[in-house]
Amino acid sequence: MSNLYGQFSALHQLREKAPVFVAVLFAITAWASACNLLLPEDSFFHVSTFTITLLGKYLCYALLAMAVDVVWGYCGILSLGHGAFFALGGYAMGMYLMRQIGDRGVYGNPLLPDFMVFLNWEALPWYWQGFDQFWFAMLMVLLVPGLLAFAFGWLAFRSRVAGVYLSIITQALTYALMLAFFRNEMGFGGNNGLTDFKDILGFDLQADGTRVALFVATALVLAAAYCASQLILGSKFGRVILAVRDAEARARFVGYRTETYKVWLFVYSAVLAGIAGALYVPQVGIINPGEFSPLNSIEIVVWVAVGGRGTLYGAVVGALLVNYAKTRFTGIMPEAWLFALGALFVAVTLFLPRGLTGLVMERLPRREKLKEVAA
Amino acid sequence: MSVRGAFGELANRDQLWPFLMPARGARVDVSKQVLLYIEDLSVSFDGFKAINNLNLYINDGELRCLIGANGAGKTTLMDIITGKTHPDTGAVYFGQNIDLLGRSEAEIAELGIGRKFQKPTVFEAQTVYANLELSMRAEKGIMASLGSRLTGEKRDRIDQVLATIGLSDERALAAGALSHGQKQWLEIGMLLIADPRLLLVDEPVAGMTAQETERTAELLTSLAGERTVVVVEHDMEFVRSIARTVTVLHQGSVLAEGTMEQVQNDPKVIEVYLGDEH
Amino acid sequence: MKAYWYGIAALCLALWWPAAVAQGETAADVRAIAAELSGASLPKMPGILERLEAAGGEQVVPLARALLEGDLYVLEASDALVIGRSTGGDGFALEDPLDGTALGEYTKADLKKLRVNNRVRVQLRGMLARLTLLAKDPAVRERAVRNMLERPDADSVQLLRDAVVNESNAGVAELQWLVIALYDIEHSEDPSVRLQALGHLDGRVEPEVRNALQALLAEGADTPPQLRRQAQTMLSALESKIAFYEFLETLFFGLSLGSVLLLIATGLAITFGVMGVINMAHGELIMLGAYTTYVVQLLMPDHIGLSILVAIPAAFIVSALVGVLIERGVIRFLHGRPLETLLATFGISLVLQQAVRTIFSPLNRQVSTPDWMSGSLEFNAVFSLTYNRLYVLLFAIAVFVVLQLILKKTPLGLQVRAVSQNRSMARSLGIRTEWVDAMTFGLGSGIAGLAGVALSQLTNVGPNLGQAYIIDSFMVVVFGGVGNLWGTLVGGFTLGVANKFLEPATGAVLAKILVLVFIILFIQKWPRGLFPQKGRAAE
Repeated sequence: MSNLYGQFSALHQLREKAPVFVAVLFAITAWASACNLLLPEDSFFHVSTFTITLLGKYLCYALLAMAVDVVWGYCGILSLGHGAFFALGGYAMGMYLMRQIGDRGVYGNPLLPDFMVFLNWEALPWYWQGFDQFWFAMLMVLLVPGLLAFAFGWLAFRSRVAGVYLSIITQALTYALMLAFFRNEMGFGGNNGLTDFKDILGFDLQADGTRVALFVATALVLAAAYCASQLILGSKFGRVILAVRDAEARARFVGYRTETYKVWLFVYSAVLAGIAGALYVPQVGIINPGEFSPLNSIEIVVWVAVGGRGTLYGAVVGALLVNYAKTRFTGIMPEAWLFALGALFVAVTLFLPRGLTGLVMERLPRREKLKEVAA
Repeated sequence: MSVRGAFGELANRDQLWPFLMPARGARVDVSKQVLLYIEDLSVSFDGFKAINNLNLYINDGELRCLIGANGAGKTTLMDIITGKTHPDTGAVYFGQNIDLLGRSEAEIAELGIGRKFQKPTVFEAQTVYANLELSMRAEKGIMASLGSRLTGEKRDRIDQVLATIGLSDERALAAGALSHGQKQWLEIGMLLIADPRLLLVDEPVAGMTAQETERTAELLTSLAGERTVVVVEHDMEFVRSIARTVTVLHQGSVLAEGTMEQVQNDPKVIEVYLGDEH
Repeated sequence: MKAYWYGIAALCLALWWPAAVAQGETAADVRAIAAELSGASLPKMPGILERLEAAGGEQVVPLARALLEGDLYVLEASDALVIGRSTGGDGFALEDPLDGTALGEYTKADLKKLRVNNRVRVQLRGMLARLTLLAKDPAVRERAVRNMLERPDADSVQLLRDAVVNESNAGVAELQWLVIALYDIEHSEDPSVRLQALGHLDGRVEPEVRNALQALLAEGADTPPQLRRQAQTMLSALESKIAFYEFLETLFFGLSLGSVLLLIATGLAITFGVMGVINMAHGELIMLGAYTTYVVQLLMPDHIGLSILVAIPAAFIVSALVGVLIERGVIRFLHGRPLETLLATFGISLVLQQAVRTIFSPLNRQVSTPDWMSGSLEFNAVFSLTYNRLYVLLFAIAVFVVLQLILKKTPLGLQVRAVSQNRSMARSLGIRTEWVDAMTFGLGSGIAGLAGVALSQLTNVGPNLGQAYIIDSFMVVVFGGVGNLWGTLVGGFTLGVANKFLEPATGAVLAKILVLVFIILFIQKWPRGLFPQKGRAAE
C-alpha cells in the first residue's frame, strides 16, 4: 500500500511537466524529420539536412545544459568544468568512429588511425583496445566521465570544497585536461583531435537517413534524461539535494552525509554530459581538445542562467535560445558575438537571476510557484 | 591524507556506500545516569582559547541551561559536540561507550543528537511539510532516499509534530515565507521529529513574542525526562522559568553550576556575569 | 713556419703601433691604402692588408671583418670601398668601412663584390685576432680571447703565448691561459705539458673545458694513467659544478615565474580575501596594464628607457579605474552572491578581450624592452640572470612590500582589514563598507595593471595575455589560503619553482598538469590553503 503511494507520488511528479516537455520535443523532432525525409528538396517546407544536424547539435547542448543545471540549479555546485565530461564522452565516441574508418584512411592502415601512422606509431595503444566494439565504446561514454566525476567529486566534496573554490578547481580540471589532450603523445590526435569519420554501426554518416536517425536518437535520449532527472529530483533524494543547496550545514546536522549525495549527483550529471558529447561527435564530425577549453564550460553555465536554473526545461530552453542566437550572430558579425555573450553574462546575473523561466514564473500565482520550488 | 589512507577510505564501503551500511547497533550506555561527558576540553583559534580545560557532565533526562557572556564558549562547545569543530585536547563521550570526537556531523546526528542553531536555519525553498519529512528519523542513505515513500505512519507523525509546533495551516508554505518566530518553531519541530536523545538548543526564544516564549518554555520542560535538553540562552527570565540546573561558562571554562538561586548567589558569578544585573 | 713569422711580425707591430700613430700616420693615409684594395688582384691583397694593418690598427677591424665575411663591395659609380648589408631582395644598405657612416641604399647591380681566396682568409683571421687580442681596451681583448675558445688555432695560440706575459688584466690573462691550455691538451704530445695545462682548467665551467676533458678521456690506451685520473677528477668536479649552476638557474626561472604569479595572485587575493569575490576579469585587467605600457611607448618613442617608469603608474591608474567601474557598475549589485559575481565578471572579461581585439587587432603587439632591462647579469659561462626577469622579481617583491605597508600602516588598510574580518561589525562601527569595497577592488585591479607592465617585458602582449596565467594564479590563491598575503607569497614562489623544476623531467605541459593535480590533492588535507584563517569567522 505504502509502496503504491510512493510510486504514485513519483509518477505524479513525472506527470506534471514531463509529458508536456516530451510531447513538444517529439512533435518538433517528428515534424523536422518528416519534412527532411518525405518532402522534395525544392518544397517550401523542406528541412535541409544541415538544419537537422544543427537541431541535433542544439539538442546535445540542451542535454549538456540539463546536466549542468542538475548540479548547479538544484545543488548549488557551480561546475566550470562540465565541458570536460562532455568532451570525454565525445572522445570515447570519436575513438569508436575512428576505429570504424579501418583501412579507408589516408594511409590505409587497417588498425592504426591516420594520426598514429603519421606519428610513426607501431601499435595501437592499450587504451584504444576495444573501441572497435560499439557496446564497449558506449560503456566508456558512461564510465570515463562517471569515474572522473566520482574521483574528483569524492576528493572535492569530502574535503568540503564548495562555492567559488570548487568552481575554480573544476575550471582547473578542464584546463589541465585540455593541455593534456593537446599533446600528441597522449594518443588522441593532439591539436587536430579525431575527425574524418566515415560511418557509425555501418551507416554512412553523411547520409540523410543517418543524420535524421542521430537527431531522433538525440531527442529520445534527451526525453529519457529529462524524465529520469525529473524522477530523481522529485524523490526524497531531490529534496535532500535542495536542502544541501540551501543549508548544507543544517542537512548535515539532520543526519545526511551531504558529501555522498553531492558526489553521486555530480556523477549523474557528468554521465549526462558524457552522453551529450557522444551524441554530439557523430553529428558534427569532429572532436578536438578545444572542447575542453574553460570558455566552453562557462558558456554552458550561461545557457542555464539564461533559461533559468533550478528548472530542467529552463536549462533546455536556455541552451536552445543562446545557441540559436550564437548561430545567427556568428553568421552576421562574428566579432560581435563575444560582446553579446559577455553582455549576456552580466545582464542575466544582474537582471534575471532566475532566468527567463523565472521571469515567467513570477507572473504565476503563488501556489504554482511553490510547487516549483518543492519539485 | 596519505595515498594509502585515501585508498583505505575508498575501500571502506560503509563510508562510501551508505546503503551497504549495517543497521546501527550501538546503543547509548547510560548505566551511570550520565548522557554526555565532556572532559578536559580545550580548543583555541589563532591563540584565542575559546574553550579552556572545560569539564561538564549532563545527566540523562535533565534540562540544563548554559549561560555566559558572549565569547564564553557556548556555541563553540555545541560545535564540538555536534562534530563541526575539532578540539585540540580533551574527550567527549555520548553515554559511556560512544566517543563523539572524530565523527562527522551526520554520524553524530544519527546517534540521536539534534541541534538548533542560534540563527534559525531551515530549508527555505521547501515546504514546511518537506522540511519535517527531511528531518524525520529514517535511513539517510542515497538509495533509501531515492526509494523513500511516505507511509501513513510517517504522515501521521508529521501531522502530529505540525500540531505541536502550531504550523498545521502553514504546511504547504515555503519555509522561507515563515516569520522569524515560526522559523524558530519549525526548527524545533525538525528537532522533535528526528526523535533525538539529546537536544542542543541555541537561543530558542530569540525573536519570539512573549506568548511564543512561554509556549517554548512549556515545550522544552515537557521534553525533559524522556529526552535530555541543553539550552543556551541569554534571556534570564526564560532561563529562570525553565531551569533546574544552570551552568555558567566564563572564558571557556565552567565558572559555577547549580540551581538558579545557587548560581545567582555565587560571588564569582555575581562578579563576572550577573553583577550588573543586580 | 710562416704563421710563426706572422706572429712575430704582428707582435713587433703591436709594440710599434702606438709609435706609428705618434709618427703621424693619418686617417687619410689609411683611407688611401684601403682604396688600393678596390682594384687589387688577389696576389696583391696580402701586401695591402699588411700595410693596412700597420697603418690603421683597430680602425680597420670592421673592414677586415667585412672582407672576411664577404660583405665588402666596390661601388661601381664612385669606385669607393663600402660595406654592404642585404636589406632583403636586391637592396643593400651601405656604410663606410672605416668610419661606419651610412651611405644610403643601393641595389645589387650597383655593387661589385670583393673576392678573397683561402690564403687571404687565413691572413684576415690572423689580422683580426692580432688587432683584437692586442687591443687597448681589456673588454675587446677579453671578447677576442673568448671567441678563440671554441677552436684555438696554432697561430693565435702562439700569439697568446707571447701576449699573456705582458697582459696586465688578470681576468683576461686567466682566459688567455685557458685557451692556451685547451690547445695544449688537444695538441701537445708531451704528457707533462698536458698535465700542467690541465691545471689551468681548474675552476672553469665553460662548455669547451668539458669537451676537452671528455675528449681526453675518450683517447686511446696510450694516454698516461695519471693524466686520465686527473682529467677524471676534474670532469666530475666540473660536472657537479655545472649541475649546481643549472640548479641555480632553474631556481631563478622558478622564482621568476613565481614572481609573476605572485603579482597576479596578490591582486586576486585582495579582492577575494576582502570581498569574497572571484574576479574572472582579473586577467583582462592585467592585459589592460600591458596594453597601457604599449600605448605609453607609442606616445614617447624616443624615451623607451623612461617609458616603463611612466607606464607603471599609468597602468595602475587605468586598471584601477576600470576595476572601480566594474565594482560600481556590476559587482556591488551582486553582493553576497559569489557565484553570480563570478559569472558576471567572466562576461566582463569577454567584453574587455573583444574590445582590445577590436581596437588593437587580435595580433600580438610589440612592447620594447628598454636598454637597462635587456641583457643579462653574467656570473660565468653557464650561469647568468637576465635583467628583465631579475627586475620583475624585484618589482614583484617591492609591490608586495608596499601593499603590506598599505594594509598595515594606512587608515585604508585598517578599514580593509576590518571589513574583511567582519563586514557587519565594520559597518556598524561607521566604516563606509561600500567605499572600502570600491577602493579594495581598485587596489586589486591596479595591482593587476602593474602585473601587466611586468608581463609586457617577459612575454607577448596580446588579447589573451591574461588568460595564460590566470588559472595558475587562482591556484596560488587557493594553495596559499584566502585572506593571507603571506600565503600568496609562499604559494606563488612554491608553485613557480615547483613548475620549473618539474619541467625538465616531464615537459612543460605535464608539469602544469602535475601541479594542478597536486593542488587538488593538497586541498584535501588543507582545504583552506597553507595559511588558513581560523576561527568561527572562517565558516
